[in-house]
Amino acid sequence: METVLAVTVGVLVAATVYLMLSRNLVKFVFGLMLLSNAANLTIFSAGGLIRGEPPLVPEGSYVPDGVVANALPQALILTAIVISFGLLAFALVLAYRAYQELGTVDTDEMRIAEPRPEPRTPAPAGKGTAA
Amino acid sequence: MSWLPAWPILIPIVTAIIGFLVGRSPGLQRAVSVAGAGLLLVAGVALMADVWSNGIVATQMGSWPAPFGITLVADHLSAVMVVITGITGLAVVVYGLADIDRERVRFGFHPMLHFLLCGVCGAFLTGDIFNLYVWFEVMLISSFALLVLGGDKEQLDGAVKYVALNLISTVLFLSAIGLLYGLTGTLNMADLHRVIPTVENQGLLTAVAVMFIVAFGIKSAVFPLFFWLPASYHTPPVAIAAVFSGLLTKVGVYALIRTFTLIFTHDTGYTHTILLWIAGLTMVTGVLGAAAQNEMRRILSFHIISQIGYMVMGLALYTPLGLVGSVFYLVHHIIVKANLFLVSGVANRLTGSFELKKIGGLYKSAPFLALLFLIPAFSLAGFPPLSGFWAKLVLIRAGLEIESWWIVATALIVGLLTIYSMTKIWGQVFWEPHPQGFDPSPDKGPLKVSRRDYLLLTAPIAVMALMTVIIGLFAGPFYELAERSAAELLDPTAYVAAVLGPDALGPTVAEGAAR
Repeated sequence: METVLAVTVGVLVAATVYLMLSRNLVKFVFGLMLLSNAANLTIFSAGGLIRGEPPLVPEGSYVPDGVVANALPQALILTAIVISFGLLAFALVLAYRAYQELGTVDTDEMRIAEPRPEPRTPAPAGKGTAA
Repeated sequence: MSWLPAWPILIPIVTAIIGFLVGRSPGLQRAVSVAGAGLLLVAGVALMADVWSNGIVATQMGSWPAPFGITLVADHLSAVMVVITGITGLAVVVYGLADIDRERVRFGFHPMLHFLLCGVCGAFLTGDIFNLYVWFEVMLISSFALLVLGGDKEQLDGAVKYVALNLISTVLFLSAIGLLYGLTGTLNMADLHRVIPTVENQGLLTAVAVMFIVAFGIKSAVFPLFFWLPASYHTPPVAIAAVFSGLLTKVGVYALIRTFTLIFTHDTGYTHTILLWIAGLTMVTGVLGAAAQNEMRRILSFHIISQIGYMVMGLALYTPLGLVGSVFYLVHHIIVKANLFLVSGVANRLTGSFELKKIGGLYKSAPFLALLFLIPAFSLAGFPPLSGFWAKLVLIRAGLEIESWWIVATALIVGLLTIYSMTKIWGQVFWEPHPQGFDPSPDKGPLKVSRRDYLLLTAPIAVMALMTVIIGLFAGPFYELAERSAAELLDPTAYVAAVLGPDALGPTVAEGAAR
């Protein structure tokens, strides 16, 4: 089971890298979605996969009986899913708004905040320009 | 059980919620925000006083005993960082009263800022690595919201890059936590310190440590992972840029310092050598990047990067003096950097631009502002007797002590180049006359700034500049604070005892020795 999960994580990360290397912002966000799922599966398999009972404590006792599944990795994943849900929703809206305002989803074309340096013009006498 | 470590997290949350509830009235929002920021500073100082006299304070949330529940821990480093967060928060809120327009206040600038402060304080105070991740997210999502607040084209462009790279860092951090949990079976940082020596596969542990370096490296903007910072920090309003520049990257540095003194000390020869290389290259690329810029905020953004190098350098040297230097540098840098951004904002208000070529003449028309720029600028470059001088001096002595000549040389040269950038700003913004020939004074210039606004803008700058001078002239107590923090960081016995109880270190260490 670990092997299957490990291979799945590997495939997801490979797909992520492919998507993220694209200049298209939407593909990048899709890559992010795959990557966060890969991270969740990593936690799940690193936390130890055992075929156990649900971790419930029987009435009148303080510890569960027999082998029980580890609930902690699942709690971590649940937290991570909720957080990544919020972040991805934000990222999608941001991508959409950026498309509306900037008119492109090509990250190389997004140069409003960092405009390309102006072509070198002859400097006025006595002033050095650090172009 | 002490509630002191919880207040700096609770106060900003409550302030933010009240801020949203009174959302319709900008006046009320501002009042609530100033009160909340003031209370946060008071809570920070109370925590600092307690830690100073009684040592490390630990609180188990929900009264779950230590390795199982979430622990809040305040040692000297955490406490001083919370105090500085309070100072920066209050300064920015006051500055924001004049700097942030009504529209942005109505969109929720103040509540978002307090959520950000909450995330920052939480990250400083938590004793649980997964909880650290959660606080990072709180901080991140509020910083996203602040960055795009108002929705200018520039802001959206910057935000795309900021969001993209920071989300990658987040996922890396999460995977690294998962793997670390798989190896050790615990998430409590004090417990991790105890368990790490007993892990069989130390090589795998080093791999996880490097994942943490990359994840925190993106957050703290070190070479070669810093590209999101100069792409975005100059786009939002100055008050927001100031709080980002002061606090966000420094949380990354804090997380590096915490994890690489408390958890990953099993192979310092490998991990800390990587950190030393990163430190040197960060300093150099940051300062060279700044030299190529001609916009005030972008110059300052690149200088954040080069200064981060100094802080990482102290950690990488991993000697008592090195860590003293790192802590001192953190404290000094937050005040100075936030202050320089605030000054750039006032310069923009008076002259109408951030572009060095388009502005000038401030020395004649606003001499007090010129003085307020000189103090943090010289402090950043490391002139005696300002705070930056002592911070650099300690780091360089630490480097000389263990004979790392090249990092010392790099640090000194980068200091010189910092002066170059600062004099460039000084010359073009303050000394040269304004290119359009007008006199940019607050009351007579064409871009009038009302007396009330000018006071609100300069008061926080003056107070923070005064603090730089005080830290410089009376460095003794601050040095002792840094020394105590460094001692706690290098020998985490007291930290572990405060979290897990006095005899926590006994059995596992013996077990480790038996292997």
